[in-house]
Amino acid sequence: MTGTPTATALALADDALILSHRLGEWAGHAPELEEDVALSNIALDLLGQARILYSLVGDEDELAYLREERAFRNLQLVEQPNGDFAHSIARQLYFSTYQRLLYERLASGDGPFAGLAAKAVKEVDYHQDHAEQWTLRLGDGTTESHERMQRACTALWRFTGEMFEPIEGGQGSGGEDGHDEGYGEGLDGVNRQELAERWLSSVTAVLRRATLTVPDGPRSGAWTAGAGRQGLHTESFGRMLAEMQHLHRSHPGASW
Amino acid sequence: MVTGTRSSAGTAAEAVAEPTALESELRALAGSVPDPELPVVTLEELGVLRAVHVPGPGRVEVELTPTYTGCPAIETMSADIERVLHERGIPDVSVVTVLSPAWSTDDISAEGRRKLAEFGIAPPRPHSTDGPVPLSLSIRCPHCGSTDTELLSRFSSTACKALRRCSSCREPFDHFKEL
Repeated sequence: MTGTPTATALALADDALILSHRLGEWAGHAPELEEDVALSNIALDLLGQARILYSLVGDEDELAYLREERAFRNLQLVEQPNGDFAHSIARQLYFSTYQRLLYERLASGDGPFAGLAAKAVKEVDYHQDHAEQWTLRLGDGTTESHERMQRACTALWRFTGEMFEPIEGGQGSGGEDGHDEGYGEGLDGVNRQELAERWLSSVTAVLRRATLTVPDGPRSGAWTAGAGRQGLHTESFGRMLAEMQHLHRSHPGASW
Repeated sequence: MVTGTRSSAGTAAEAVAEPTALESELRALAGSVPDPELPVVTLEELGVLRAVHVPGPGRVEVELTPTYTGCPAIETMSADIERVLHERGIPDVSVVTVLSPAWSTDDISAEGRRKLAEFGIAPPRPHSTDGPVPLSLSIRCPHCGSTDTELLSRFSSTACKALRRCSSCREPFDHFKEL
């Protein structure tokens, strides 16, 4: 194995860590006890994935607790505030579908992330299933739940194009014929256009079954979001980071 | 937690060599350590103990694989293995975490499954060779044996379990979900 593709490992690790933290915020606040447990379990899976990815790059505590906002490379989607429960579920649906498709592809290759991907994809299967079940239940539920689920899906739509943008900082994996500009270092064999198409068809199928309308706004270009991979983040991210990092920064080396 | 990683190729190459008598003895010892969260099954029965090597006198290298990437039990498992091997008189014990091949609930031994059921946890169903386990396949209540059970939540007290309820005896129970 050659050197670790640092930029890609960090991007994937930051996605997992930040979403894990957001989901952790639900602990004690979810609509029912089982859901509290479910969201915490999903958060724990993501935290485990983040730790393994960070350990490929350097010291996991330093990477998680001592980097500034601009050094984080996570998607803006995962840092979005929890909002109401429907918002969190829409975020889960969009992200877990992406993560499952990406890890599935990586697991079938022999790149630097194959081992982690093969392990994580089995966990993410459950995350996606969880998000799907809730999307169906809320979308095809009461008038109120339908409206809220629709609102959430529409509000987060503009954050979804970023998932398929190239991850900068590495060599990239350009296609032989030059058509594909590459997705990121260590992601050889993943065609991002194809990934985007598969994501769209998978999400579309779930939304239709849930009697929801697929949002028709753009997912990339002007008026969309998505510079998280370049270290630009949305307003709420700084506050989240402050809360996440403050204990470690105030008490360096503290342990349980 | 991740004290080291190892490529699967390296593991396969080393596995060709027959284990020595000492390696077999130490493996049995490490394998007899109970799982910290499910103490009825041992690490060997759970299928998380991948290899035990003796690279030199007084040194042992143990390979463990996590059930879930975020499973917090792996640190306790490592500590417990170190302890029993130290007690056996091995001063230098290193436990490394391996990810490949990914652990599956199919790695739980028949004896492990029996013990889980006895403990009140419905064991995971075996994966079919072609595709995932159909979720509709019935899961037997570990208390009364009825197959009339329903899913309450896909996630339960630990990452590896789902919460179900028996419609016959009305008892809730954990199901070790397929991975």
